[in-house]
Amino acid sequence: MHPVLKLERRPQPSRTWSALAPVLAVLITMFAGGAMFAALGQDPVEAIRTIFWEPLFGEFARFDRPQLLVKAAPLTLIAIGLALGFRANIWNIGAEGQYIIGALTGAGVGLAFYPTESALIFPLMVVAGALGGWAWAMIPGLLKVRFGTNEILVSLMLVYVAEQLLAKMALGLLRNPEGRGFPGSRSLRDYPSAHNAELFAGTGIHWGVVAALIAVIFAYILLARHMLGFHIKLSGQAPRAARFAGVNPARLTLICLGISGALAGLAGMFEVAGPAGQINIDFNVGYGFTAIIVAFLGRLHPVGILLAALLMALTYIGGELAETNLGLPAAAIQMFQGMLLFFLLAVDLLTHFRLRWRRAEVA
Amino acid sequence: MDLSAIDPTLLLASLIVASTPILLAALGELVVERAGVLNLGVEGMMITGAICGFAIAVNTGSPVIGFVAAAFGGAILSLLFALLTQFALANQVASGLALTLFGLGLSALLGQGYQGIKPPPTRSLDIPVLSDIPVLGPILFSHDLMVYLALALVAAVWAMLKYTRAGLILRAVGENHDAAHALGYKVVRVRLLAILFGGACAGLGGAYLSLVRVPQWTEGMTAGSGWIALALVVFASWKAGRVLLGAWLFGGISVLQLNLQPTGIPIPVEYLSMSPYLITILVLVIMSGDKSRAPGSLGRTFHASQ
Repeated sequence: MHPVLKLERRPQPSRTWSALAPVLAVLITMFAGGAMFAALGQDPVEAIRTIFWEPLFGEFARFDRPQLLVKAAPLTLIAIGLALGFRANIWNIGAEGQYIIGALTGAGVGLAFYPTESALIFPLMVVAGALGGWAWAMIPGLLKVRFGTNEILVSLMLVYVAEQLLAKMALGLLRNPEGRGFPGSRSLRDYPSAHNAELFAGTGIHWGVVAALIAVIFAYILLARHMLGFHIKLSGQAPRAARFAGVNPARLTLICLGISGALAGLAGMFEVAGPAGQINIDFNVGYGFTAIIVAFLGRLHPVGILLAALLMALTYIGGELAETNLGLPAAAIQMFQGMLLFFLLAVDLLTHFRLRWRRAEVA
Repeated sequence: MDLSAIDPTLLLASLIVASTPILLAALGELVVERAGVLNLGVEGMMITGAICGFAIAVNTGSPVIGFVAAAFGGAILSLLFALLTQFALANQVASGLALTLFGLGLSALLGQGYQGIKPPPTRSLDIPVLSDIPVLGPILFSHDLMVYLALALVAAVWAMLKYTRAGLILRAVGENHDAAHALGYKVVRVRLLAILFGGACAGLGGAYLSLVRVPQWTEGMTAGSGWIALALVVFASWKAGRVLLGAWLFGGISVLQLNLQPTGIPIPVEYLSMSPYLITILVLVIMSGDKSRAPGSLGRTFHASQ
C-alpha cells in the first residue's frame, strides 16, 4: 500500500497558522496575480511593484499615502461590524446598502439645514448616518427574528433597493436646486458646517479615520473583555452551549446586525461628507463588499481588520496607479481582491487540519 | 397613463423569456442544495457564464457554441468552490461569497472590449402549426431552444430526484451525510458532481441573459439574478416543480414593471425597478415559516474521519 495524504483535525485551531494564513494568502495572490498580469501582456514584477510599492515609497507617494487612510477608514468601519456578526454566524452581506442609506440620511440631515452654519450640524449628521444604516440593517434583523427569514438574502436584496433609492434621491429630493439640471446633490465640501474636512492638512485623516480607530478599540475590548463579546464568540463556536449559557439568539442577531448596520452607515456618512463630497448616482464603489474580504483577511479580529483594510486600500490605490501608468484594466484589481479571499480560505485548511502521510486504508 | 399600450400576449411571451435565466440558475442550485451544499456563488457563476457565452458566441458566430461555453465556464468556476468546500473543507458561506466576488471581477476582466457589441441572434424555433395558434402560439410555441431546454430540465431534475436511484443517493447525501457515508456512498463525489451541475446551469442562465434576454454585455449585468435564484430555491421548498412556478412569478414581475415604466404610471421608475427585489423579500418572509423542507445537512462540512 502506498502512503496517501490524510487530513487530521487538530484538537485546537493552530494559532501559528491562523496568523500565518493571511500572509501566505497575500504572497500566493501576488504570484497568481503576477501570472494573471503576465497573461494580460504586462511585466508581472513591474505590475506588482506598482500596486504594492509605488503608493508607499514611489515618486508621488506623498499624494498617495493620505489616500491610504481615506480608503482604509470605511473598509475598517464596515468590516469591524461585519466581523462581529460573522463570528456569531450572523451573515450581514448587505453592508453596501447600509452604507448607501447612511450616506443618504447623513447628507439629507446636513442639506436640510443648508445654508445655516452651526457646530451642531455635523454631529447631527453623524447620528443620522449611524441611525440610517442601523435602520436598514434592522430590516433583515427583524425579519430573521420574527419570521426566520434568511438574513443573507434579505440584506443583499436591500442593496439593490438602496441603489435605486440613491438614484431616486440624486435625481429628486436631494438634487442641487442650483445644479442646472445635473444629477447629484449640493457639494457638502462647499458647506463648512457639514464638511468632513481633513483634520490635519495633507495627512488624509478625517473624522471617519478617527471613528474607524475608535471602532477598532471598542471592538477589541468588546471581544476580549466584555460579556457580549463572549456571547458572540460562543454562539458562533457552540450554538447549543450558548443557549444553555442563557444567550438569547434573537437579541444577539439584532445587536450584531444593528452594530454592523450603524458602522456601515457611519462609513457612508463620513464618505459622502468628505472624500465623495456629494450624493450622486455613482456614489457607492463597492466598499461594502470589499469589507467582507477585509473581515476574513483580518481573521475577524479588530487589529487584523485594521491591517487588512490598509492592505486592501493599498491595492485600490496601487490598482489606480497601475491603470494610469501601465494601462492595467480596473477589473484586474477587482479580480485580484477576489483571488485573495479564495487563497485565504484554501490556506486556512492548515489552521484546522494537520496534513499527514498515512498508509492507505479502507475508509 | 396609457395601459392599453401593454399587449397581454406579448407580456406573457416575454414573461417566459424573462424567467428562463433564473429558472436555469435556481434549478442548478436546487440540485446542489439537495446534495447538502449551500453555494452562494450563483451570482458569480451566472455572470461568468454570461461573458463566456457572449464572447464565444461573438467570436464563433454561433450562439449554440456560446451556450456550451457558458455551461463550461460556470462549471469551471464552481469547481473552485468544490475544491474549497469539499477538499479544503472551508466554510461554505464564505467560499460562496468569495466565488461571487471573484466571478464579478473575472467577468469584468474577460468582458473588456465586448461592450456595445451585438451578439449573433438566437433563432426562435417557431414550432410549425402550434406556433400559428392565436394567443397560445406566440406565448408558448415561438421561443428559442433554450426555453424548451430549461423546461425539459425541470422535468428531468424532478424525475431524477423522485424516481431514480441516483436521485435517492443525492437526497441521502443531502439529508444526512454521515449516514450516507456509512452506507458506502461517496459523499464528496456526489457533491462534486452536484456542484458542477449547478455551475453549468448557472452559466447557461447567465448566457441566456447576455445572448437572448438583453442581448448585450455590460459589467455586472446579472444585477442580483443569481441571488434571486437562491431565494427561489427557498421559495420552492427545494422542489423542482415549484421552482418553475417561482421563476414565472419573478419573470412576470420584472416584465410587468419594465412594461409599466413607459406608460406614464404615476410611480417613479426607480421604485418600479426596486419591485423585483422587494417582492423577493416578501416571498422569503412568507415562505420562511416552513423550514422543515430544507435538506438536513445543508451547509454543513463533511469530513470522513469524524
